[in-house]
Amino acid sequence: MNKPTIRSLIYASVATAVLGLATAAQAQTTLTIESWRNDDLSIWNEKIIPAFEKAHPDIKVVFQPVAPTEYDAALGAKLAAGTAGDIIACRPFDKSLQLFQKGNLTSVNDIAGMDKFSAVAKAGWSTDDGKTTFCVPVASVIHGFIYNKDAFDKLGIQVPQTEDEFFAALDKIKADGTYTAIDLGTKDMWEAATMGYQNIGPNYWHGEDGRLALIAGKSKLTDPEWVEPYKVLAKWAPYMGDGYKAQAYPDSQNLFSLGRAAIYPAGSWDISQFKQAEFKQGAFPPPVKKVGDTCYISDHVDIALGMNAASKNAEAAKTFLTWVATPEFASIYSNALPGFFSLQSGAIDLQDPMAKEFVSWRGKCKSTIRSTYQILSRGTPNLENETWVASANVLNGTATPDEAAKKLQDGLDSWYKPGK
Amino acid sequence: MNRARSSPLKSALMHLALGAYTLICLAPVALVIMNSVKSRNAIFGAPLMPPTPKTFDLVGYVTVIGQGDFLYYFLNSLIVTLGSIVFVLLFGAMAAFALSEYRFRGNTLMGLYMALGIMIPIRLGTIAILNIMVATRLVNTHLALILVYTAQGLPLAIFILSEFMRQVSNDLKNAARIDGLSEYAIFFKLVLPLIRPAIATVAVFTMIPIWNDLWFPLILAPGEATKTVTLGAQVFIGQYVTNWNAVLAALSLAILPILVLYLLFSRQLIRGLTAGAVK
Amino acid sequence: MSDVETLRRPRRWHIAVFLAPAVLVYTAIMIVPLADTLRLALFRSTDNAQTFVGLDNFKVLFGDPRWSVSFWNALKNNVIFFVIHMLIQNPVGIALAAMLSVPKLRGTAFYRTSFFLPTMLSFVIVGFTWKLILSPIWGVTPTLLGLVHLKWLFGPWLGQETTALITLALISVWQYVGVPMMLIYAALLSIPEEVIEAAELDGVTGPSQFWKIKLPLILPTVGICSILTFVGNFNAFDLIYSAQGALAGPNFSADILGTFLYRTFFGFQLQLGDQNMGATIATMMFLIILTGVAVYLFAIQRRMRRYQF
Repeated sequence: MNKPTIRSLIYASVATAVLGLATAAQAQTTLTIESWRNDDLSIWNEKIIPAFEKAHPDIKVVFQPVAPTEYDAALGAKLAAGTAGDIIACRPFDKSLQLFQKGNLTSVNDIAGMDKFSAVAKAGWSTDDGKTTFCVPVASVIHGFIYNKDAFDKLGIQVPQTEDEFFAALDKIKADGTYTAIDLGTKDMWEAATMGYQNIGPNYWHGEDGRLALIAGKSKLTDPEWVEPYKVLAKWAPYMGDGYKAQAYPDSQNLFSLGRAAIYPAGSWDISQFKQAEFKQGAFPPPVKKVGDTCYISDHVDIALGMNAASKNAEAAKTFLTWVATPEFASIYSNALPGFFSLQSGAIDLQDPMAKEFVSWRGKCKSTIRSTYQILSRGTPNLENETWVASANVLNGTATPDEAAKKLQDGLDSWYKPGK
Repeated sequence: MNRARSSPLKSALMHLALGAYTLICLAPVALVIMNSVKSRNAIFGAPLMPPTPKTFDLVGYVTVIGQGDFLYYFLNSLIVTLGSIVFVLLFGAMAAFALSEYRFRGNTLMGLYMALGIMIPIRLGTIAILNIMVATRLVNTHLALILVYTAQGLPLAIFILSEFMRQVSNDLKNAARIDGLSEYAIFFKLVLPLIRPAIATVAVFTMIPIWNDLWFPLILAPGEATKTVTLGAQVFIGQYVTNWNAVLAALSLAILPILVLYLLFSRQLIRGLTAGAVK
Repeated sequence: MSDVETLRRPRRWHIAVFLAPAVLVYTAIMIVPLADTLRLALFRSTDNAQTFVGLDNFKVLFGDPRWSVSFWNALKNNVIFFVIHMLIQNPVGIALAAMLSVPKLRGTAFYRTSFFLPTMLSFVIVGFTWKLILSPIWGVTPTLLGLVHLKWLFGPWLGQETTALITLALISVWQYVGVPMMLIYAALLSIPEEVIEAAELDGVTGPSQFWKIKLPLILPTVGICSILTFVGNFNAFDLIYSAQGALAGPNFSADILGTFLYRTFFGFQLQLGDQNMGATIATMMFLIILTGVAVYLFAIQRRMRRYQF
């Protein structure tokens, strides 16, 4: 390396430093959004931001997502040093609650339109007493099963309503041998918990009733209603693909899009991913135990937007959040991102048929959120993480349903004292 | 004697062993590059198959080039990487020379102090580092990254270079001293050229983690003007859906500059060899 | 060493000049921030304030089974990870470098570049490639094994508790074998031709020349490789994080100190980051590595005989 090169490097860095400061100085009303949703970058740039900027020409919005695995750590560091953006995408429950308690997020109680969200919708981003909400709820995700309709038709399988019908269908698919019956892997673990346990579980622990009883300490994870979903899950293993222990989440997605699997335990976010597939698809909610049972679905609060308390553009940020609480935003967002359902009470006209199918379950089943999210994952060991491990272990056959449940309850008992 | 060195059977066996290992090293890389020019379904449908006219698809590269100014990101990565290498090598070699050449009080302790940095991941100091950069108004500059990477690269550089410097002949240095050369001249004119292979090695080791780092660009310089290639490519890694076409394309492209840099440095290895032989 | 002359000079400013730039940058940007973080090991955060608690966090780490089980598991896995590297990565690196340094061998530049290529790849690529290769679904490995009638050997290696860590260690060896190879190669190149010629005149050639002449000469570099492997392995994190996720599954069977630290310090999913316990773990890692490096610096490196050329 000779001297001129070093010098030009230094000049280059000085020049960009000056440039950086200059742009910061003139951008008085540029709002930056911090988010983990890399997936949504083009939708924000092409649909959402233009719609907002059209109504508010004085405010410019920049959507600046980072990889989801880096988001929390990166955001934490930037908030601590004061370089974070104005608008912050909020994870549900304790992650955001902690930011609020540290003074990084402000209350959004006074944002017009907050009254359009139900208490359950707001629960993910409110203080434990429910008095202060610190993020405007944006979307929830629903669990269920997406199936390959061509495969079902070919094998003469009806959409299963009950557990027995579900396993009968699996037997048929397995006997035929063309398709992987249940397209689920345990390599990344979270699918085992989220698409497995939390997907079918609410039918056994009766949704909100069971979840709240667990928080209140009235029921335990070792009780039959909490162990039974694990017993059902253990029965899935023989129907899963070869080497499912090393099957990662993208593998499962690709296997289904390529038409090589019959039933895919899904999150509604998968809808858009499967749209390009060249076969007909359908969806059904988690099967109930016997005909006539009330059905429950996991309709989980997933994403919200809040305001950086240190934002220099507080007024503009408020204007933006107020817009986020309007039906206009809800409609653009839900239609641009089929599978992310608005949490506003007003009905939104969805265009995507699969998304419509998922959201129609809200009408016939009772909604609940994932059992581990509120309060119960506050201590060490972390119940959500443990549930990932336990669910994967059950599917891998390295733990029995009873062992898995006992481990979870023991972990919870070690720090959680209900009612205190 | 020379027969033993150049026996055709021996060299054939060696080529066999080296060739086999080359295959192990290159096959996965070839897999990446091959799949970067295929359609998504073809990547996962038949990952082993080379692209056919039916599966050939440059969609990944199109996406990458359409998304932001990738050429500019490459330039940023180069500025940051080269800038850091210069400082690491210069400062590192100087410090290594001081530690290996002179005996002074606390020499070994100083050596240990300079090695502390490889014992704790620098990421843990992120918040304090970011605070320093905010206070000095260096956020979103190349210099912020260069400073961090220089600090990060120094311990390893000093560690390796001082070991190699200890092996440089004392007779040579003492002869130079008798000739009246200053300590600085001995360092720059005598020692540095002699340890060229080691310097090239350290340069290569230093540049790789810098080129591939995602964390500090994300924290210290996420602005469009200073975005690096790795940071630019991460936008395709989503929560639920990763655009593998684009990721493979971006990262295949990102291999090229660093490969070129490696080839440049590794020529120093050969030159070092001849320089050492003459001495 | 030239101490006799240099000691006589009263002030040796050049030593300070040589050291100053490195010490300044390194201290300001690395040591101070890291010390600031490690200090948190002695504190606990309550109501947004840090309270000094002495060694309480260490008592928790070792006394509370919720922490100690994870710590010992991670340490045990880390030792296995390290042993695999020492047994495979470094010997293979030395062997490759030895072959490459044979004079008149053709194509060494190509081989060297190929061997080093994996080291240059980002973890995203390494993770993606190996997951694809080892995946039971897309069938690269099963197909290849099938061709040589060994398909029965195949298993979902990254997904089994018994094999995940070993598989990851081997991937890491694959990635990093270039490092010892380069260092040893550089050391072998610096052996003067005269030494080799003298050996040949004495009739020491071929393998015995390597074992009797070259290996002793490059021992200091082998020492460096070992200590760098040690430091690198006990700090490792990225590969396991990108291949297996922060929980380093299945069932924490691939959890090493680095992944345990990152999960604790920065948090993961619903798990909140705990800077105090994170700093406590980091301090323990630091002490482990420091012990290793100090043993090397004070005990091994000082005793190692250096041959000057």
